[in-house]
Amino acid sequence: MLAMDYRGPKRVRATQKPMPEIKHPEDAIVRVTRSCICGSDLHLYNGNVPDTRVGTTFGHEFVGEVVEIGAEVTKLKVGDQVLVPFNISCGRCHFCQQGLYGNCHESNPMATAVGGIYGYSHTAGGYHGGQAEYVRVPYANLNPTVIPPGMDLDDAVLLTDVVPTGYQAAEMAGIQPGNTVVVFGAGPVGIMAAKSAWLFGAGRVIVLDKEDYRLEFVRNYAPCEAYNFEKDMEDPVLFIKKQTDWMGADCVIDAVGAEAAGDVLQTITGRKLLVQAGSATAVHWAINSVKKGGVVSIVGVYGPTDNLVPIGNVLNKGLTIRGNQTAVKRHLPRLIEHVMNGVIKPKEIITHRIPLEDIADGYRIFSDKLDNCIKPVLMMPTAR
Amino acid sequence: MQKHVIDPKSVPGWGVDADPENDPTYPMKPHRSDLEEQGYNWERPTQQPIDVEILHSNERPNVTSVFGTASPPQGLSGMIRRWAFRWSENEYNHWLPLILADRVNVVEGVIEDIAHGKFPNIWKEKGYNASWKHDRTSLILRLSAFAAVTAGLVLWMTSGDDSKGSRKKKKNKKKARYYDENEYYADDRYYDENQY
Repeated sequence: MLAMDYRGPKRVRATQKPMPEIKHPEDAIVRVTRSCICGSDLHLYNGNVPDTRVGTTFGHEFVGEVVEIGAEVTKLKVGDQVLVPFNISCGRCHFCQQGLYGNCHESNPMATAVGGIYGYSHTAGGYHGGQAEYVRVPYANLNPTVIPPGMDLDDAVLLTDVVPTGYQAAEMAGIQPGNTVVVFGAGPVGIMAAKSAWLFGAGRVIVLDKEDYRLEFVRNYAPCEAYNFEKDMEDPVLFIKKQTDWMGADCVIDAVGAEAAGDVLQTITGRKLLVQAGSATAVHWAINSVKKGGVVSIVGVYGPTDNLVPIGNVLNKGLTIRGNQTAVKRHLPRLIEHVMNGVIKPKEIITHRIPLEDIADGYRIFSDKLDNCIKPVLMMPTAR
Repeated sequence: MQKHVIDPKSVPGWGVDADPENDPTYPMKPHRSDLEEQGYNWERPTQQPIDVEILHSNERPNVTSVFGTASPPQGLSGMIRRWAFRWSENEYNHWLPLILADRVNVVEGVIEDIAHGKFPNIWKEKGYNASWKHDRTSLILRLSAFAAVTAGLVLWMTSGDDSKGSRKKKKNKKKARYYDENEYYADDRYYDENQY
């Protein structure tokens, strides 16, 4: 089968690989019909995540058709069209029992801080991902969700990560009616976080990014106020203070993570020299621009080591910081309802459809934000 | 799970201000359980056969019930990874060698490609076709800068060799003069001493 093949930082290709096999009685094999490149894939692509091995296939956002099931799979059948949450979770461990599906203790032997994630390095379990024609899906009784009749595959594939992650970002921000919510990052997750902030009752939503075309999109899609932190202001924190009667925002969401721009020191140490686990610019700004007693919600992904953040201000301002890998399964019932009712229209963020064979071009376009790219979807040879 | 040495209920005032709703993880953790008190155990799923080498964190006692089987550790990078996994996730000794192993693995990947008669198409793998189409000026600038830096390095190393060589020659010449002079003076002194 054709699959994405990681060869080193900023080097990927499509290559023929062996078909995945059932390795566990609760496994299923899914023929992928849509797969996305996620912003967090770029951390792997850039070589920033430890234990990213050559030969691995990335991809944790995909939908497809069940073509084979293991002996103990009872809740799916061959032929089902499923959307597959990016978390691999058992449903039985202490954490899954509490709805923390992103923290499963039975899916990732390599690290205890995070559960298994498809195609997200050996730090997240060493699974091949869904940027391939076929993929092995563990714990198939729990994770894959049958796509409701009438739901567009393009909407479905964005329910595997982007929409739930933006939604959980807003949820973790603890938004109270009328609150001012600032979102750093107008990528796909930032866009969905801004959209979701309204669902939780925000009174004002402000998004900051440096790409005008993304700001223009989120301004209309969310809708919200959107500003370019490179062009519209000198200091984003000061800007937010001025916008909020010098108090700071009630809630701030970091929807950027390790690839953040905007601070030379952070960029050099976090993205070039890798002496910290990514550039922590967004979380740094978040801590400094939220009001005293406010909430910082982090869904931007960072590496497993350390970052330079003003932790002293967290103490002095009495902040609450919340973050997690999204528990997709927990949010799906509500989000499926929102999509079916037209409250959220995920597929509108898709800007590019790229054949799997041209995967390297897809990564380059998304990584360098070429051609006004917001969200690229990979089209599989077997699904065209 | 550690047994409580002290029965909490025997402590005066225990729980009088408890507020079950004051849970910073709400609603991430909607289903409070008694597992924290009773001990952590659950019926583990069937164990996936461990038929490839799996390096597991030493912060857990076993391999999880399922796991990925992509790219098992091998070669020099595999040796580094095995060493890294001797350390806990709390240690730089764990993460930094893993990053080193990743870089070594890239070289191993190129060698493996060539060994299989396939020279990597770097232009294509780096997605430069897309850059050429959408961002040609920047690509040309980047490649030019890379070429300039590479050429500069080569020139510097080459001229460095020459200058080192010429410095060495000059040094030898100077040294030779010094020895000559030394010899001269030594001889001079010798003769002087002889004169005395």
